[in-house]
Amino acid sequence: MAIKNQTSRGVSHTSLLSKRDAHTQKRNSAEKRFRIYGMVALSISVLFLTFLFASILRSGLPAFTQTVMNVELVVSQEDFDEAESKMLKTKAYQDIFVAALGAELARRNLDVAFDNKAIERIVGKPGGTIRSYFTEDPSRVGQPATFELAASSRVDGYFNGRVTRETLVDSRFLKATDLDLVDALQTGGIIRQAFNWNFITGTDSGVDNPGGAGLGASVIGSFFMMLVVLFLSLPIGVAASIYLEEFAPKNRWTDFIEVNISNLAAVPSIVFGILGLAVFIQFAGLPQSAPLVGGLVLTLMTLPTIIISTRASLAAVPPSIRDAALGVGASKMQSVFHHVLPLAMPGILTGTIIGLAQALGETAPLLLIGMVGFVAREYPDGFLSGFTDANSAMPAQIYTWASRADPGFYEKAWGGIIILLLFLITMNAIAIILRRRFERRW
Amino acid sequence: MPILWVVAVIFVVSVVGFITGRARALQSVGGDSRQLHSLPLYYGSHAALWAVVPAAATLIVWLLVQPLLVNSRVVETLPDRLLDKGSSIGLVMSDVRRVAEGLDVAVAQGALSHDEAASIGSSSVNIREFLGSIGLALGSDVSPEVVDAAQLHRGLNATGSALMSWIVLAISVGGAAYAYRRSNADFRARNVVERGVLGLLIGAASIAILTTIGILFALLFNTIEFFKVYPATEFFFGTNWAPSFSGRGGLSDLGVLPLLWGTFYISFIAMLVAVPIGLFSAIYLSEYASSRVRSVAKPLIEILAGIPTIVYGLFALLTVGPLLVSLFGKNTLNWMQGGTAVMTAGLVMGIMLIPFVSSLSDDIINAVPQALRDGSYGLGATQSETIRLVILPAALPGIVGAILLATSRAIGETMIVVLGAGAAARLSMNPFDAMTTITAKIVSQLTGDADFSSPEALVAFALGMTLFVLTLGLNVFALFIVRKYREQYD
Repeated sequence: MAIKNQTSRGVSHTSLLSKRDAHTQKRNSAEKRFRIYGMVALSISVLFLTFLFASILRSGLPAFTQTVMNVELVVSQEDFDEAESKMLKTKAYQDIFVAALGAELARRNLDVAFDNKAIERIVGKPGGTIRSYFTEDPSRVGQPATFELAASSRVDGYFNGRVTRETLVDSRFLKATDLDLVDALQTGGIIRQAFNWNFITGTDSGVDNPGGAGLGASVIGSFFMMLVVLFLSLPIGVAASIYLEEFAPKNRWTDFIEVNISNLAAVPSIVFGILGLAVFIQFAGLPQSAPLVGGLVLTLMTLPTIIISTRASLAAVPPSIRDAALGVGASKMQSVFHHVLPLAMPGILTGTIIGLAQALGETAPLLLIGMVGFVAREYPDGFLSGFTDANSAMPAQIYTWASRADPGFYEKAWGGIIILLLFLITMNAIAIILRRRFERRW
Repeated sequence: MPILWVVAVIFVVSVVGFITGRARALQSVGGDSRQLHSLPLYYGSHAALWAVVPAAATLIVWLLVQPLLVNSRVVETLPDRLLDKGSSIGLVMSDVRRVAEGLDVAVAQGALSHDEAASIGSSSVNIREFLGSIGLALGSDVSPEVVDAAQLHRGLNATGSALMSWIVLAISVGGAAYAYRRSNADFRARNVVERGVLGLLIGAASIAILTTIGILFALLFNTIEFFKVYPATEFFFGTNWAPSFSGRGGLSDLGVLPLLWGTFYISFIAMLVAVPIGLFSAIYLSEYASSRVRSVAKPLIEILAGIPTIVYGLFALLTVGPLLVSLFGKNTLNWMQGGTAVMTAGLVMGIMLIPFVSSLSDDIINAVPQALRDGSYGLGATQSETIRLVILPAALPGIVGAILLATSRAIGETMIVVLGAGAAARLSMNPFDAMTTITAKIVSQLTGDADFSSPEALVAFALGMTLFVLTLGLNVFALFIVRKYREQYD
């Protein structure tokens, strides 16, 4: 009986091995499907990431180039005297400029008709620049001078592909005939694209001049904010973590502190902005839009992050280090400050840099303390006024540009994001290198 | 900068205290530091701490209290006539402060001598024009009473500041002297210094509590202020949001319901994107992926978490919005009117939350013990059956907690909705309509030039309170679920 049973089971077993029944097939295909779901989900997230970076680069890189027009001209003494005697002086200089441009085009055998208005649409009104160049130093009269004039944002867009002949509608800003002139100027090498240093070092411009807008002043604003954050949140965060990790007795008070810290880490950033507005600006009377206030708000925001990472690195130092220090006669305080803290320092610094990077990109609280309405036209005068003078910050500046009506500013906003991301990548890279180099495994 | 000077002098006193305290202790044992109770360093630190800590504490308290005292003193002297004209005390006081500051600036710039500024009265010059000439704009004409009040303000502040400098310096020097006198061989300097340092550490740890208190007070006081000028029932149950800024009369509808609806709708769409993608990514990474794929893909996903929200906001406004319009807009289905919509903000916010959901779930799935998997495989289950029937149920409380935390993040998110969701508050089911959220309205109500005592500005604090309570509630609830239903395997 038993033997027979066994053989019959053996037969069915081999048939199972050779061909799968319907149930097994169903299970196997369910397995495969499940696996594919996972792969699809993963590739979607990676796809989003690539799409995001591609659109940042595609839209942001044009902000780093600028279309400039190089024209050499000589203003003779007679021209100068005549222009200065006129009622519309800058207009007179513009006429000289147009004449010089015409001569230049004729010299290169480029035959294209243009008038004063077309020039104004392409490079704005160059008369003022030229006049101030010569009135500043009258000895320049009679000498050949080269002017590099920034082209209007629409001409810029024509070079970047934002404006095309097909989509162009004649307006008072740009006409289709102007593009013929621009093409001729380009073949003549008079108009060309150059790296836009002004975007990196310059200050914000008015709402009608996207071409002249630069990020420089707000980078300085962000720098001063980060100084405040660093010098407040690092000592306070480290002190708090040392207390909580090394000294705090287990009681209600320390429990309360811990719950508070973990809750603060989850409070929306805009609420910190409200806190800054109500406490630092309305109650304490600190100046609006000042990097000092921004720094204070961001300090309170990054403190929980820094405390959490600092506590983790303090806890990672093995107890044997503390025991050894206590064994040779150090006090508890000495064992912490002389032995545990230095060993935990790489981890603490890594956490601090990551916290700073987070603070650097934070925008919402800055909106409420007035960093957005402010147009950062100037650099601060000195080190101390850098903290208290109204300024913008990188993310706030990007937001300001994104909410302006002229689409020329969108390009600047994307460009600003590239610079912001470069800062963040650098900071994170430093953190990773620090961790790799100095982290000790116990 | 007189305060800066005070701080500098305190610093100098503490350095002197350090050197002399240390020297006196050494002197008491004839230079043989072995006979001291503590290391010489501690005697110096003791003196330095005594020079700095009490003085700095006094300075901070004084700086906080003085403006309050001066303010209340000046308000008392204001004639009733000023307050009758329908303007609030706050407005008059801000004028007073501006005039006082303006005069101070004038003295600092050298436009006025010290005595001239003190004697400048209502009659002599037109203050508004004068301050305008040195670059300070005043909103309205300045009445004589305001100038008098400003002079009183200046006078009180000047005496207060002078008194503060001297008292703080006296405390600093006194503290150093006291510590200097105590420095001798038998004095247990280390114990005292360590107790002091411990006090400082506790103080630093308490800043978290101070921050929470600050947030609560800032929100609470202004919210109460708001409910004094606007009925609470209309705020909580009103279905219309239409603030009217001054000039169009004070009649605004400030119902929170449309904003809450927008907030939850956008968060819901965000979670619809983030939860499946994040969860499946986490499952794939922790259960299927080879270690090489894992080491590449995990940091890539985490990059998404490190990108600032302003970048996502811009992405929503300028890339995703126009893209959705080209798919669902006028030319095709005509569902969507403009680029800013619930869908735009929700999608982008979902992308932002993917790493949040996936890394939290990843940790939780990894925490499920291997023995459970092995047991399931041993019974003949396939990998996916093990995941669906064993691992996910075991990890469920943690995953629910992670999803709740992500929801709270979505509700509190600001930049994406400010740029991507639109400005119109409406109760609509269409995900392609523009709607607005609590956070977006906080920004728009507080960034204008509104007067801070108007209901239109104060409503932002009530909205902030609502937001704070909502997110805090969600976080506490998430922690509660995780703690209550967590399986203990060890």
